Amino acid sequence: MGFLLAVTAGALFAAGLYMILRRSLVKNLVGLLLLSYAVNLLLFNSAELIPARPPLIAAGESLPPDVYADPLPQALILTAIVISFGLTAFAVVLVRKVYQVLGSDDLNVMHCTDIPCEEKELEIPEEHLEETP
Amino acid sequence: MIALPILIPLFGGVFCLLAWNHIRWQRVITLIGSALLLMVAIWMLFFVQQNGIQSLQIGNWSAPFGIVIAVDLFNAIMVLVVATIAFVIAIYAQAGMDMARIRYGFFSLYFFLLMGVNGAFITGDLFNLYVWFEVMLMSSFVLIALGGERPQIEGSIKYVILNLLSSILFLSGIGLVYNLGGTLNMADLALNLPQVKPAGQVTLVAILFMVAFGIKSAAFPLFFWLPASYHTPPVTITALFSGLLTKVGVYSLFRVFTLLFTQDTQFTHTILLVIAGFTMVTGVLGAAAQTDMRRLLSFHIVSQIGYLWMGLGLFSKPALAASIYFMVHVILAKTALFLVAGIVDRMQGSFDLKKLGGLYKTHFGVALLFLLPAFSLAGIPPLSGFFAKLLLVIAGFELHQGIIIAVALGVSVLTLYSMTKVWNEAFWKEPPEKAQALKPVSAWMWAPVIGLVVISVCLGLFADPVMGLAEQAAGQLINPSEYIQAVMGVRP
Repeated sequence: MGFLLAVTAGALFAAGLYMILRRSLVKNLVGLLLLSYAVNLLLFNSAELIPARPPLIAAGESLPPDVYADPLPQALILTAIVISFGLTAFAVVLVRKVYQVLGSDDLNVMHCTDIPCEEKELEIPEEHLEETP
Repeated sequence: MIALPILIPLFGGVFCLLAWNHIRWQRVITLIGSALLLMVAIWMLFFVQQNGIQSLQIGNWSAPFGIVIAVDLFNAIMVLVVATIAFVIAIYAQAGMDMARIRYGFFSLYFFLLMGVNGAFITGDLFNLYVWFEVMLMSSFVLIALGGERPQIEGSIKYVILNLLSSILFLSGIGLVYNLGGTLNMADLALNLPQVKPAGQVTLVAILFMVAFGIKSAAFPLFFWLPASYHTPPVTITALFSGLLTKVGVYSLFRVFTLLFTQDTQFTHTILLVIAGFTMVTGVLGAAAQTDMRRLLSFHIVSQIGYLWMGLGLFSKPALAASIYFMVHVILAKTALFLVAGIVDRMQGSFDLKKLGGLYKTHFGVALLFLLPAFSLAGIPPLSGFFAKLLLVIAGFELHQGIIIAVALGVSVLTLYSMTKVWNEAFWKEPPEKAQALKPVSAWMWAPVIGLVVISVCLGLFADPVMGLAEQAAGQLINPSEYIQAVMGVRP
């Protein structure tokens, strides 16, 4: 099971990296999502997977049993999922905003921060103007 | 008590949100909150210096199971510098920020950013470090995109994607470290990681952390997001970012590469040193080609990060002390430069060096305010940059690292060249023909810049006591047993 998870995480990492290298912003976003899934699987796999051994302390004892499933990775994943959910929500809004302002989601169009643009390139395209707050 | 650097910004941010429609209240809360933070930071530094490393087990779960806050001298120094910058910017923002951005919650975002930064500094747990990073990043994402002008949106998309990638790498590193060390408490990890066999696994994970923090701290070849995004928001936000964000990356790098990953310093710290050299050179060469003041200064951030990495790469007590001193110096000087650029822009309506000029004749004060931190950055005695670089070079000589010293000194000359360029263009040359009349600048913007420059100059004039403090802090970093004992309660 651990091996299977590792292979899946690896495949997700590869797919995510491939997508993040594409020119389209939406594909980049998908890439980031895949990468965060990959990390979650990796976190899940970071402690040994032990089935049917809950980390519960029996009544009257003060220590958990010798062999128990480590609950910490799951807590970490939960936190990571919540954080990546928030970040993804923000990124989606940002990508939409980029499309409104630039009229394109092609990364090659976004060179104004590196090679200064002409004044007329900086104008917001008319068909998107009414949407821009 | 040592949780206050997190709690004050938290309450400040929440109160600012509650006073959403009352801008006047938000301004007052910002000023009071940042002043309080500064006072707490000063108190904390004295307290830690006298009573040793402090730690706090949140919820009374004993380490390594609970969440730990630990403050050693290095943390305390960083928190104090950040609080100083925060206070200065709180004043500057009163006049420096436009109303539209203030209405959209600039002040509360400012507080949440500070909370993330301070949290990252004082946490003693690797996963919490990640969480605080995210708190900081989230606020900075919104701050950098706030306003929605075209360059801003373009800059922020690059900033957001690359920083998210870095967070993902950081989180994978955390997963792997947990697998190797069985804990995420940094002090406990420092005890467990040396026992991992084969030790190569730890080095592998260390490189993952190096890349993640390399993106955050904008080191070569991972810095491209910084010059693409930092010049796009208003200069108040840029100044805030330049003082805080990349330095948190450097801080984390210092923490993990002095506490956790010291098994194979021959390998890892040599890489750090090589990256440091390349970062310095590419940053300063990039700056030499720019004609926009903010872009030029952004490239200088990258170049200065190289010096910080150099101290860590040399990895000796004097080198770390020099790096800590350098960190204090560069945060103060760099923020001052950005804020002066903001004043120049307010006066002449541009950051473009071609459109500026003649300020030396009409406003000698502004010229002086620029000149002092600029010379400090280039390393002219008796300003702070000179001592910082001198100490780094001496530390390098002790370890016979001739190449990196040559690079550091060469970059220093180039820094002077590009500062002279700004000086010539913005202050010395005749004003361009079509120049508009100079606009007045509010005292809210003058006062903090003057204060910051005075602090920066004092850092040079009274270098000895600060250096003594930095040496103490470096001693705690190079020999982490005191830190481990403070957190775990047992001597390793």
